[in-house]
Amino acid sequence: MTTAAATTIKARQRPGDRIFSSATLIAGSLILAVLAAVAIFLLVESLPAFVADPAEFSGDTTNFWSYVGPLVFGTIYSAILSLIMAVPVAIGIALFISHFAPRKLAQGLGYLVDLLAAVPSVVFGLWGIGVLAPLVQPFYANLVDWFGWFTPFAGPVSGTGRTIFTVAIVLAVMILPIITAICREIFLQTPLLHEEAALALGATRWEMIRMAVLPFGLPGIISASMLGLGRALGETMAVAMVLSPSREVIFQLLTAQNSNTIASNIALNFPEASGVGINILLATGLMLFVVTLLVNMLARAIINSRKAFSGAN
Amino acid sequence: MWPRPAREALSRVYLPFTDRTVGGYFTCLASFMGQHRPGTSQSQSCHNPRKGLHVNFKRFGRPAVIAIAAGLALSSCAANEGAAPAADASASTLTGTLNGAGSSAMDAAQQAWIAAFQTANTGVTINYEPSGSGGGREAFIAGGTDFAGSDSYLGTDELAGEFASCVPGTKAVDLPVYISPIAVIFNVEGVDELNMDADTLAKIFSGAITTWDDAAIVALNPDATLPAETINAVHRSDDSGTTKNFTDYLGQAAASGLWDEKASDTFPFGGEGAKGTSGVVDAVTNGTNMIGYADASQAGTLSTAKLMVGDEFVAYTPEAAAEVVVGSPLVADRAADDLALDLNRKTTNPAEYPLVLVSYAIVCNEYADAAQGELVKAYVEFISSAEGQAVAEENAGVAPMTSELIDNVAAVLATVK
Repeated sequence: MTTAAATTIKARQRPGDRIFSSATLIAGSLILAVLAAVAIFLLVESLPAFVADPAEFSGDTTNFWSYVGPLVFGTIYSAILSLIMAVPVAIGIALFISHFAPRKLAQGLGYLVDLLAAVPSVVFGLWGIGVLAPLVQPFYANLVDWFGWFTPFAGPVSGTGRTIFTVAIVLAVMILPIITAICREIFLQTPLLHEEAALALGATRWEMIRMAVLPFGLPGIISASMLGLGRALGETMAVAMVLSPSREVIFQLLTAQNSNTIASNIALNFPEASGVGINILLATGLMLFVVTLLVNMLARAIINSRKAFSGAN
Repeated sequence: MWPRPAREALSRVYLPFTDRTVGGYFTCLASFMGQHRPGTSQSQSCHNPRKGLHVNFKRFGRPAVIAIAAGLALSSCAANEGAAPAADASASTLTGTLNGAGSSAMDAAQQAWIAAFQTANTGVTINYEPSGSGGGREAFIAGGTDFAGSDSYLGTDELAGEFASCVPGTKAVDLPVYISPIAVIFNVEGVDELNMDADTLAKIFSGAITTWDDAAIVALNPDATLPAETINAVHRSDDSGTTKNFTDYLGQAAASGLWDEKASDTFPFGGEGAKGTSGVVDAVTNGTNMIGYADASQAGTLSTAKLMVGDEFVAYTPEAAAEVVVGSPLVADRAADDLALDLNRKTTNPAEYPLVLVSYAIVCNEYADAAQGELVKAYVEFISSAEGQAVAEENAGVAPMTSELIDNVAAVLATVK
């Protein structure tokens, strides 16, 4: 035994091993390099914006922070609203596909949901303007009439329905497929023994899902939501087309004045921007980069802190 | 959320196979790739595609190569035969590449002009990049482009500097080539005709008037049945020359105190915002009790308001829009051949419609590269000719320039080299 341990046996290096390991190494470092390139580009191009002449900012804003503040708010506000709408529906669809629907129906439904992910955002934008906004405008008018005392529903109501609430609905539809797809796969992974044990103890199907499937899938649901949140934060075209923007922080959901999002603001103003104006827009892009990073880190922290409690362990 | 005791009891039964230390969605994604998907048969997607491809190539490869080679040989013979008459057919001797950049409002017209010009002059390639008026002027001053399209004329500070494309010491000139009327569009139930003056428009778009049955609007439209509804005023949410000219009109024509903001690409007040001309037109079309402003050519079937000029209400027409440009004085204190216009927004002549956007072609007096100068001259001569204006009217809905303005531009162009 001791002699065997003393002589180290060297594994023979086959060409395939070397090619594969270096290929993965290159792929791994490539993603870091690309990320670094984008971050450095944004940083360098943003610097002039932080010391820009107050006259360069449009409207009443005189410095970068008061310019980007409402945009950051609008970005996070619309993304969180869309998440609130999308996650419960996505979990419902995923549970239906994984645990309730007959297998044939489940497969077809799964494909349909994935198809939703393939629709380009500009189409969602057109749908938002042409169909959704006129459709929901009367409901908004009623909401303002009845619940106007509640700040988010305060008036005056938008005449076109192109509000941040409509944007949140469009975003919710856009992030639904990715959240549904991941939740579905997570729910399918629930150990059969858990499920059968729950059923054997007399649980109904709903109780089984509540006690076995959901606790097991919780970290996955959070991960899926964060992926969806990432897409909602960065969505550009649909927001630019649907939203009626302004330059302030606005909590009201149903008025013509809404906080714009960073990505949409860049898309709207880049075509006519020149000089420092471009730097200012790129600096707001840097802020979006930072916000997305913070959100992802927060999500990671949540997942890690819940790991000990989740049904998975 | 879900009850804890039950979950703890269950968690001791069985340890699942997914290790979440790597964490997050990567594991989820891995499983998404099909590891645990029940009911799908792996073998379906595991046929060997390489085999089929290989056979196909062998079977069809050789004839295909022969066919392609034969085709090439035949077509090159044909090209040789056709070359001689083709050279005679083209009367133009101009060759070269021309680069321009600037106003995105002008883009549709530029593309139409380029297509028409290149058809007539097959040796010329023209590129126009709609990078925005400011960006277009910057690129031209830096020498990156041969001409610029701009919704505003060169500023005095820009004229004080050097122009990299021009002979050192010489300047550039602004030539009006594009007149686009801006229409005030509205969609109010039961109202087909609407009269407006600058004061009332300023009050509506700044939010001072909020309902359609406001006394100021009723005074202008005594015969209309105006609803007691909120006015939804739509403006451009993206920076644009249309907004700049609209705010310039309100700033100049409205009584002082009603609109004190200076003309700018960004709309200075609140209200409903929409992206691009099409966005504004959509919002006005689909909304209720709407009013907005948009390039007249895009107004479509929407009703357009008449503006008070002098003591009459003037409907937008291309002729009236072109007329106000002729009636406007040149900007003072500039070179005699610089046709920058001080648009007469306060006109009292009812033949004129003061709400227009004028875009300029900015060119050198004398190009450092004489050949490029000749090209630019030929191109701008074309776009400012009656023929070029007709092309733009058909394709981009501009108001064609009057013959007087065409002559003025041609006189300046004659000196460009």
